[in-house]
Amino acid sequence: MSELSVSMSAAGGLPQAPVLPEAPAKVTVRNLNFYYGEHHALKNINLTLGANRVTAFIGPSGCGKSTLLRIFNRMYDLYPGQRATGQLMLDQTNILDGKLDLNLLRARVGMVFQKPTPFPMTIYENIAFGIRLYEKISKSEMDDRVEKALRGGALWNEVKDKLNASGLSLSGGQQQRLCIARTVAVRPEVILFDEPCSALDPISTAKVEELIQELSENYTIAIVTHNMQQAARVSDKTAFMYLGELIEFDDTSKIFTSPSDRRTQDYITGRFG
Amino acid sequence: MNPIYSRRRRKDFVIRGLCMAAAAFGVTWLALILITLLYNGIAGLNLEIFVADTPPPGSTEGGLRNAIVGSIIMTVLGVGIGAPLGLFAGTYLAEYGRNDKLTSVIRFINDILLSAPSIIIGLFIYGAVVVPMRGFSAIAGSLALAVIVIPVVLRTTEDMLLLVPNALREAASALGLPRSLVIKRIAYRAARSGLITGVLLATARVAGETAPLLFTALSNQFFSLGLNKTMANLPVTINNFVQSPYAYWKQLAWSGALLITITVLALNIGARILGAERTAK
Repeated sequence: MSELSVSMSAAGGLPQAPVLPEAPAKVTVRNLNFYYGEHHALKNINLTLGANRVTAFIGPSGCGKSTLLRIFNRMYDLYPGQRATGQLMLDQTNILDGKLDLNLLRARVGMVFQKPTPFPMTIYENIAFGIRLYEKISKSEMDDRVEKALRGGALWNEVKDKLNASGLSLSGGQQQRLCIARTVAVRPEVILFDEPCSALDPISTAKVEELIQELSENYTIAIVTHNMQQAARVSDKTAFMYLGELIEFDDTSKIFTSPSDRRTQDYITGRFG
Repeated sequence: MNPIYSRRRRKDFVIRGLCMAAAAFGVTWLALILITLLYNGIAGLNLEIFVADTPPPGSTEGGLRNAIVGSIIMTVLGVGIGAPLGLFAGTYLAEYGRNDKLTSVIRFINDILLSAPSIIIGLFIYGAVVVPMRGFSAIAGSLALAVIVIPVVLRTTEDMLLLVPNALREAASALGLPRSLVIKRIAYRAARSGLITGVLLATARVAGETAPLLFTALSNQFFSLGLNKTMANLPVTINNFVQSPYAYWKQLAWSGALLITITVLALNIGARILGAERTAK
């Protein structure tokens, strides 16, 4: 029965997922502004990521959705001349605090990128590497953790006989699930997905989407996507962004059926973007 | 047939012929050099070369042992000193100093050093080390070789690290790795074969250098392991023996030249194999 409704919703391109009750806020964004040098890229963003919910960010290229995602784990700090103002709270932690230990922040806020980025080492090491950064555990415990992470990434059955093969030997879709497993392995609280399926074929995309929904049971998830059907399929809340502003932020079903802003409607009906 | 098309085909035929002729011309000389070297060098290549030291004038016995050992010592020392410096400097340029003005200045100076005639580097070490130390020494020779190694390794290190996709660095940072570990565990690993190739090529380059050793390590007729004394080495020995009137010395020079060539060839092939491994992945 549930399979039937999923396939019907996929065919219609409209979400049928039930609207979940409001979740407590995991990440709170208040009056956030972001600058690339002189360029004002994000303007006064306000929203919350609900705990154990999937929040999707959609909008035309250059609208700032990836920029916003990269603030959640202070990725922008790698590059000079980029700065953020406002308030961004992860539970009680101020993410924008200049004295914050970025490595500890990134242990709490994991990220999966557009292009699969396996490390140049074995499949096993790709997972164990991240765990070793934070924990000192025995070989057998590590074996358990690696298996658990690979199961979490829906990859275990495909790689259990070749854990010592290079991570680069996997297919694109498998590499992306390896990257998800690697992120899950260090037990973050929030996982950011930056267009995780744009380099994948449809079957791999379906697997990753299914995985994202499973992961939302244990993690708070933010996903940037160019694919509106994807946002409709995987997310509970959707944020529509345009020219650096947050135009509309609401339940996914509402955004895709009765958006309140004209620009949101134009975008989801394909009139621009 | 369409006249425009047939004209283009004729032109293509002529140009391709010219290109092949030019390539054949270049390769022919290389082949002639190698054949001559092999023909003249192989006759003297025997066990004695490796166990006996360079002969006194007029003698028809002796080998190249002291020169071979000296060359190995100074090459290893030169690469041992120069390669880490080049690696670290290249790492700075590619990883830390990407947006610095200093980086382009360093890169420019490095390019000058890369193309500087090696005799100038020998002269520099003569002035900087040999004169203050009041004598030629193996350590001065090694330092001269190190100065040649640095720019080669620096350049390849920077190039190879720049080839590592930034997405990989971001992914590692996103996992919570500090910058130093991103470089050590991820960037170096991804560029490993390229980095080793750079060191091998630098080794090949200095293994045959004569000019920087001429007035630093000089040469030594006897076997010596002392780093503060003059040390025999293959390139200078070849240079001296070839100019001598003795037939046996000339024979030794040919054999020494063949030895260096084989070593350099082996290092280059090794570097090629490693490079191919990298692109295969």
